[in-house]
Amino acid sequence: KRIKTVETRDLKASVKTGGCGECQTSCVANQLCE
Amino acid sequence: MIHQYKLNGYNIVLDVNSGSVHVVDEVAYDMIALYETHTGDQIVAAMLEKYGDREDVTEADLRECLDDIRSLKDAGKLFSQDMYAGLAFDFKKRTNEVKALCLHVAHTCNLNCSYCFASQGKYHGERALMSFEVGKRALDFLVENSGKRTNLEVDFFGGEPLMNWQVVKDLVAYARSIEAEKHKKFRFTLTTNGVLVDDEVIDFANREMNNVVMSIDGRPEVHDRFRVDLAGRGSYEMIVPKFLEFAKKRGERDYYVRGTYTHYNTDFTEDIFHLADLGFTKLSMEPVVCAPGDPCALTEEDLPVLFEQYEILAKEMLKREKEGRPFTFYHYMIDLTHGPCIYKRISGCGSGTEYLAVTPWGDLYPCHQFVGDERYLMGNIWDGVTNTALRDDFKLCNVYARRECDDCWARLYCSGGCAANAYHASGSIRGVYPYGCELFKKRMECAIMMQAARAEEE
Repeated sequence: KRIKTVETRDLKASVKTGGCGECQTSCVANQLCE
Repeated sequence: MIHQYKLNGYNIVLDVNSGSVHVVDEVAYDMIALYETHTGDQIVAAMLEKYGDREDVTEADLRECLDDIRSLKDAGKLFSQDMYAGLAFDFKKRTNEVKALCLHVAHTCNLNCSYCFASQGKYHGERALMSFEVGKRALDFLVENSGKRTNLEVDFFGGEPLMNWQVVKDLVAYARSIEAEKHKKFRFTLTTNGVLVDDEVIDFANREMNNVVMSIDGRPEVHDRFRVDLAGRGSYEMIVPKFLEFAKKRGERDYYVRGTYTHYNTDFTEDIFHLADLGFTKLSMEPVVCAPGDPCALTEEDLPVLFEQYEILAKEMLKREKEGRPFTFYHYMIDLTHGPCIYKRISGCGSGTEYLAVTPWGDLYPCHQFVGDERYLMGNIWDGVTNTALRDDFKLCNVYARRECDDCWARLYCSGGCAANAYHASGSIRGVYPYGCELFKKRMECAIMMQAARAEEE
């Protein structure tokens, strides 16, 4: 095995699950989903 | 689109649109680089020519690696296509809900830092303190315009907010008094230079403030170069003991010791390590924001030095983690599994839409960095946002509004960058600040490398 995939959030899936707006205003890489 | 880079012994491949991160060996690294432009046979031949003297590199093995690459592509985790551009075009239809305010409770300061973007706290205007009545109305404005959102954020900012401390405390008390009735949860942040910090401030802040940002630039001589009082005396000796006490009593609650680095200390990791060695564990160090001709402005010649500094920082942090004396650095705190959704990644910080700054007299601006520029006056807390054209402009200020970002691998990490920085660099909020882009990309490469290193440890 020459490739190891690190676990990450599926951004494509978040098209359906995201957008609630409850996350902190950044003032985005550092933000956490809430 | 993918991005490949090597750092600290790791070969990393990012798939931009899916957010996937792959750590690969050098053979797979080279194969992935050729995958979209060469046939399988060509790739195998090239690898055998380059690595053929290695026992672990055989044709069968290379074919297996090609299968792995193909599987990742089929799974949408490598060379994935951009399917989000359509989402950005709906942004003008977004609601006008507000969820965060930067409350400028004091347009005055007890320090006289020459590099201050806020013109020593006055924002190019007159000294002013926010009254309780204005602050109360601002909180009501936030609640009234927040729709169904539960979490609301208020940053007590300045100038120096502790110069209006009683109003800060009264506003917190008012906000707490309406939380249950309004079904809201306020999260407060206090940003302070530390001069007026005392036990009473510490106790109140540790009870009520979700986050405290403490301004220190690092080593004594670095801090005192700019952060001086009105008589020109350095403030390091005065504030560091107070901040150490503040951080110690803060317990598990968030704080950041936040410094600014300039052309005069491009070896800024020395300042970060100094702060860590003092005992602070939650650190942030930001590049100065100033006019290009300013003596403290960062230069093109500084860039390679800064890149190296960010790498030094990442390696030292990993080393200290292993030694059991870790500290965090704001820009390296990314969570690959619980990070922001695609909507957040496209829309960015929300300035001018869901995040607004309020002046001491109740005017609204897109964010603290626009305060004082009358062209960006959006309205006030009594009449709301009256310059709706400007708000619409900010609504569309997302990663897809900037052509420069089209082929950038970091666009879904930075969301197109800071509108204020873009405005000051290019004259347009939909422009870019290329220098900031370069620093951001280096920080992201380091942050992702650190996550890869931690994943390997587990």
